[in-house]
Amino acid sequence: MTLASYTVRRAALGLVQVLAVVTLVFFLVEALPGDAAVALAGDNPDPARIAQIRAAMGLDRPTLERYAEWLLGLPQLDFGVSLVSGRPVADFLFGGIGPTVALAALTLALLVPISVLVGVLAAVREGSLLDRALTSVSVALHSIPEFALAVVLIAVFGVQLAWLPPTAVGADLFAQPAVLVLPLVVLLARPICSISRLVRAGMVDALASDYVRHARRLGIGETRVRFAHALPNALAPAVQQVARTTDWLLGGVIVVEAVFVIPGLGTVLVDSVAARDLPVVQGLAVVFAVTTVAVNLLADLVAFRLAPRAEVVA
Amino acid sequence: MPLNRRGFLGLTTGLTVVTLAGCGSGAAPASAPRTGGRLRAAFAGGGAKEVLDPHLANLFVEAARSKAMFDKLADLGTDVSPQPRLAEKWEPNADLTRWRITLRQAKFHDGKPVRAQDVLASYARILDPNRAFRAKSSLALIDLPNSRAVDDRTVEFALKRPFGEFPNALAAFGAYIVPEGAEDFTKPVGSGAFSFVSFEPGRSVLLKRNPDYWEGAPLLDELEFVIANEESARTNALLGGQVEYAHDLTPTTARSHAAGDRMTIHRSPNSAVQAFAMKVDRAPFDNRDLREAMFLLADRPQLVESVLAGSGQVGNDLFGKDYQHYASDLPQRQRDLDKAKFLIRKAGAEGLTVKLDTSTAAAGMVEAATVFADQAKGSGLTIEVVQGNKDSYWADTLKNGSLSSFRSGAMPIETHIAQRLLKGSGTNVTKWARPEFDALYEKAVSTSDQSARNDAYREMQRVLHAEGGYLMWGFADWIVGAKPNVGGISTAPANTLDWARFDKVWLG
Repeated sequence: MTLASYTVRRAALGLVQVLAVVTLVFFLVEALPGDAAVALAGDNPDPARIAQIRAAMGLDRPTLERYAEWLLGLPQLDFGVSLVSGRPVADFLFGGIGPTVALAALTLALLVPISVLVGVLAAVREGSLLDRALTSVSVALHSIPEFALAVVLIAVFGVQLAWLPPTAVGADLFAQPAVLVLPLVVLLARPICSISRLVRAGMVDALASDYVRHARRLGIGETRVRFAHALPNALAPAVQQVARTTDWLLGGVIVVEAVFVIPGLGTVLVDSVAARDLPVVQGLAVVFAVTTVAVNLLADLVAFRLAPRAEVVA
Repeated sequence: MPLNRRGFLGLTTGLTVVTLAGCGSGAAPASAPRTGGRLRAAFAGGGAKEVLDPHLANLFVEAARSKAMFDKLADLGTDVSPQPRLAEKWEPNADLTRWRITLRQAKFHDGKPVRAQDVLASYARILDPNRAFRAKSSLALIDLPNSRAVDDRTVEFALKRPFGEFPNALAAFGAYIVPEGAEDFTKPVGSGAFSFVSFEPGRSVLLKRNPDYWEGAPLLDELEFVIANEESARTNALLGGQVEYAHDLTPTTARSHAAGDRMTIHRSPNSAVQAFAMKVDRAPFDNRDLREAMFLLADRPQLVESVLAGSGQVGNDLFGKDYQHYASDLPQRQRDLDKAKFLIRKAGAEGLTVKLDTSTAAAGMVEAATVFADQAKGSGLTIEVVQGNKDSYWADTLKNGSLSSFRSGAMPIETHIAQRLLKGSGTNVTKWARPEFDALYEKAVSTSDQSARNDAYREMQRVLHAEGGYLMWGFADWIVGAKPNVGGISTAPANTLDWARFDKVWLG
């Protein structure tokens, strides 16, 4: 199968997946107890008022009718309007995507070189003190959950030493990049470990493989053997993990956003689910489903290019 | 990704406390009032769904912002009685069905005067049958077609029935006066102490001082509201110098920082009543003896100490401690396990298991339910705590179950009764419906005889204290943290006029 036809088939499958996710999310949120009117009425749940809110929001119309209407707007990129605020859903998505993408991009920009470097270093010095030290640190860091690390970093560097802003509250992320330092450290900690471990394992395998031995017998320089022959093969499994990490980052890491007060997609999701603001949840589902499909497709294509022998299953 | 806010919060607080031990900083304590500066205030928000339309205000941050930019005709004083604001005075006719309101000489931020027509238009907007503004039920008794603007500064309201507590309605949550015809609130224009500069939903609102404010210009040059949903984040932002005011902190945070010099803790007593609601229209709490047994089972000092970490006072099963019309002469109820046991046996409820519905919809409710279930041990009655969905909790418990956690912010005692304890009340969670009680309420609000009114309020409260459905065990302080150099923060109950009143605050 050619790369092009593979891409087309995967993209078509992706479209179906997105539709399935969106439909599932719609009915799951409908199945949650309480709707937007109940959530908005809060501690003043006068049934007459809830009925009025419901009517004002159009929630008194049949479920399928509302779903169909929303679905028909989708091809024109019309995500509808928020039930609670009346603002277009697209505004919410654009508002949340900025901080989330900025954080994800910065994280990836640091993550990939660092973890590849660490993995390669550990692999070429397999069994050395350096390898064992890197392994111990990775495993230790990987076992700390994000929120625990975040809390400790904030308490030490944000509050006690006051070196860095403890939160990003009210800040413009781009005008005050200092607010991004602690969140970046937290987001990097675990993926660096998992990806560098994969790179290391792949590299150790590759360096011990027949084709590397053959390349050495041919008298090709060690650097070229390592980086032109062994590394691309070693990276293939890591690419899948980078894809998963990217997907995780683009979904808005709720814990990190909450602790550091970063108004990204995760925060929008938590708020809109709590408010039962179905159109916003739906819009987010589309965004998340599309990114997941796209990122995984991209990862498969990259892995295919890196190691063409690897089987791809459509 | 599951995020347990409560556990998370506790951990954060704990760690912050540990790292703070032995820290010091040199902010000067608040001095004499002075002008200038920008105060940044951190509130919990609802994300991008927040709105600047004051009639839609629902969250605390929306209420605080609305208050900064807009005025109501009246607002609630520290004893939760109505105080004139944009209304200079109000005068009812003899049968309390027509109220003449004289407006202050005030101006909107665009320089136009606040006129009687603006008041009528604002109320007409709130009362629009196709909308669902929060103040609607409070203003519903206004007969709008028969109300009129006598002149630019005089409004005459016609009411559908005699109502002596009409000023409470003028002070209702969300009953703000907006310019006639205002519908677009992307750049709101009000008459309040601060005028609008910019808004980023879910992040911040920037306001600046209104030099022409009718009550005198505020001391601050600028006021910025920022959003931080997690209490730990608000605390950290305050400790890290990113904000000067952090709204709604937990008693645990208050306790840890009260002695430090990095933040000053401001407590507003009597801000939120903590209670359990028993439904009197169904088994088992249709039995009066069993309700009394529940009253006697509660160890209130222990609940206040454990659930509120001491930041509160014990309740006496009555709403509105120290508010206007509060029946402070009724004896304080104490725990009496023996009598409770006797009453449970008498009610035939021995061996019975009752479900107590609760949720994390309000801070401390689950904890209170757990402590109370523990206090009921050995009484013959078993209380089983059931945790429900927090987003639909209030609507669920209004209809279902027989016993549930309850919490309420400040409002006049009259409003509490009207909304929750009459036959036709919209949020009657205890299902208390008694014609003779409704008649007492009618008497209280339709008489202009002050002592007859006081007697009626006292009698209603006596009945509720003896056999009502609310077990009101405590009143939580409302807790705000601020930089030590912030002065002028009032300790009036949350939701009253002086709460979050930034025009009186200064930076020292």
